[in-house]
Amino acid sequence: MPITYTSQEQVEVYRFSAPAAILIPLAALFLQAFLPLRLHFFSIFDLPLLVVIFFAVARRSQVSGLLTGAVIGLLQDSLTHHPIGVYGIAKTVVGFGASSLGVRLDVENLGARVLVTLFFYVVHEFVYFLVARGLVGLTLEWSWGHELGSAFANAILAAIIFTLLDRFKLRA
Amino acid sequence: MENFLSRYRNVSILVAVLFAQVLGLAVQVKRSTENESTRLIRVWTVSAVSPLEKAIVWFQSGTSNLWHGYVYLRGVRQENRELKDEIEKLRLERVRLVDDAEQARRLQALLGFKEQYISKTTAAQVIGSSGSEQSRSIYIDKGSNQGLDKDMPVITADGVIGRVLKVYPSVSQVLLINDQTSGVGAILEQSRLQGILRGTPAGEVILEKVMSDETVQPGEKVLTSGGDQIFPKGLPIGTVSKVSAGPEVFLNIRVRPATNLSKLEEVLVITRKEERTATVAEPAPARAVDILSQRLPSVPDKPRESAVTTAGKATGAPNPGAGSAGSSAVTASVPAPKTPPVAKSATTSKPNGAQVATDAVPAPNVAPLAKGVKKPAVDDSSPSTPASVKPAMPQKPTPPAVKVSQQTTKPIDAPPKPEQQPAVTPAPPEDKPQ
Repeated sequence: MPITYTSQEQVEVYRFSAPAAILIPLAALFLQAFLPLRLHFFSIFDLPLLVVIFFAVARRSQVSGLLTGAVIGLLQDSLTHHPIGVYGIAKTVVGFGASSLGVRLDVENLGARVLVTLFFYVVHEFVYFLVARGLVGLTLEWSWGHELGSAFANAILAAIIFTLLDRFKLRA
Repeated sequence: MENFLSRYRNVSILVAVLFAQVLGLAVQVKRSTENESTRLIRVWTVSAVSPLEKAIVWFQSGTSNLWHGYVYLRGVRQENRELKDEIEKLRLERVRLVDDAEQARRLQALLGFKEQYISKTTAAQVIGSSGSEQSRSIYIDKGSNQGLDKDMPVITADGVIGRVLKVYPSVSQVLLINDQTSGVGAILEQSRLQGILRGTPAGEVILEKVMSDETVQPGEKVLTSGGDQIFPKGLPIGTVSKVSAGPEVFLNIRVRPATNLSKLEEVLVITRKEERTATVAEPAPARAVDILSQRLPSVPDKPRESAVTTAGKATGAPNPGAGSAGSSAVTASVPAPKTPPVAKSATTSKPNGAQVATDAVPAPNVAPLAKGVKKPAVDDSSPSTPASVKPAMPQKPTPPAVKVSQQTTKPIDAPPKPEQQPAVTPAPPEDKPQ
């Protein structure tokens, strides 16, 4: 068990059952594709990103985190009409970063979860923006107001969803 | 080197995964101009997600239908009554449109125009979206199994929404017109200026390539121009909402889509278009005397007390009010008959102006009413409400497809012609020459 830099206490490392590890990302993808049709405002949320952050922080393994991010990102890419890999790269970076943070910091409490999500949402959007503009040639506009607003909304949703997903955690 | 990799194992894996994805992206971007095949991962993901979406949509629509179709029927009678009234008005409007369409087709035939007709559509239900603000696309529950193909136009009753981008066996992806990678050839309805309709990153729709020295007014309707070879000409797209000076020499025209693109439920996919030259209805050979006799007021062979038959009776279509009032009409006061226009392949408007190839048969004509005849229960407020005139003597033969002019309806309170009117009275002035 890794030692945190903050409390010098041992932090828990969690794992997930195979069905949970498969079905939770699929459910997030499904809801992300389905709910904006009925609730248009839902498109500002990024459920797959929240799942990536949750898995990465809970597992506290960088390799596991980046691979989770890559797989979920690629699946999310495949629902769009853009080339596959834009979300993949962004979520790979987020998965690696979140798991690295999870190794060093105790991010289990509510406040830490909100802050981590806030931070990684902006990181995700920034990487997506760079890749989409630089590699794919999409014309995107960066708006701090929109990004920060979406980041806050996602952070609040993350606080709720992480509490629900805690039920699927198993001690490693 | 080995020591370095083992020391920085995690970072090395990160770099390797990122590199692989960047490489994959580069390959896809390079190939995007070529005939791109669907990636297997897309098929897997869509296959995994779409059954659940279909099931939920099916359950949702089933529940909704059950509620609205069998339980919650409040106001249905009233609505039914209003709809019937609306149908009556539309029937009359349709007569005029068929006539106008026939006239347009004649002109097109003269010019040798080739026009696209929507000949087949497939209804589909929206089951999902891309889930991304940067990719404005939706998924519908019909795919190649139902005859859908790439680049087929997708519309609703209000207007154009996009085109089929990717086709899977039972699901298709539709690129909406407000996506920044979409493009639709468009034309402004009044000024006839053409441009390209594109989406913006923010999800708005703009009309590009209209020169800044042109005048475009907000509120003007935007239609498809047909220049993109995807959308048939004349489908409504939206309305100009804002006009400002744009970059370079072009105007920046914002368009409000006719359809609410964020609330799509059912759509129509145009699966077949036909391109053909307009044809004109060939009139059957008719003797001049017959034509003349139709155009002129007639004298009955035998005096009859009641000779006015309503068009609704003759055609079997409803014409409330007129049928019961015919008995008081005087035969001599009824003008000569008009043969309704029979179009070989006239066009009807569907949806909102899109031309659909149907063998149009004009709607029942409304007989003019003589003095003392009750006014039919139709909306006379429309100045262009047409009607043709039934012959006073039903036994008089009429050539089947002689084109007649429009606007033959007479106001109900118009002074009737005197009974002693000579049989050679010229045709009414509202009759246009052929």
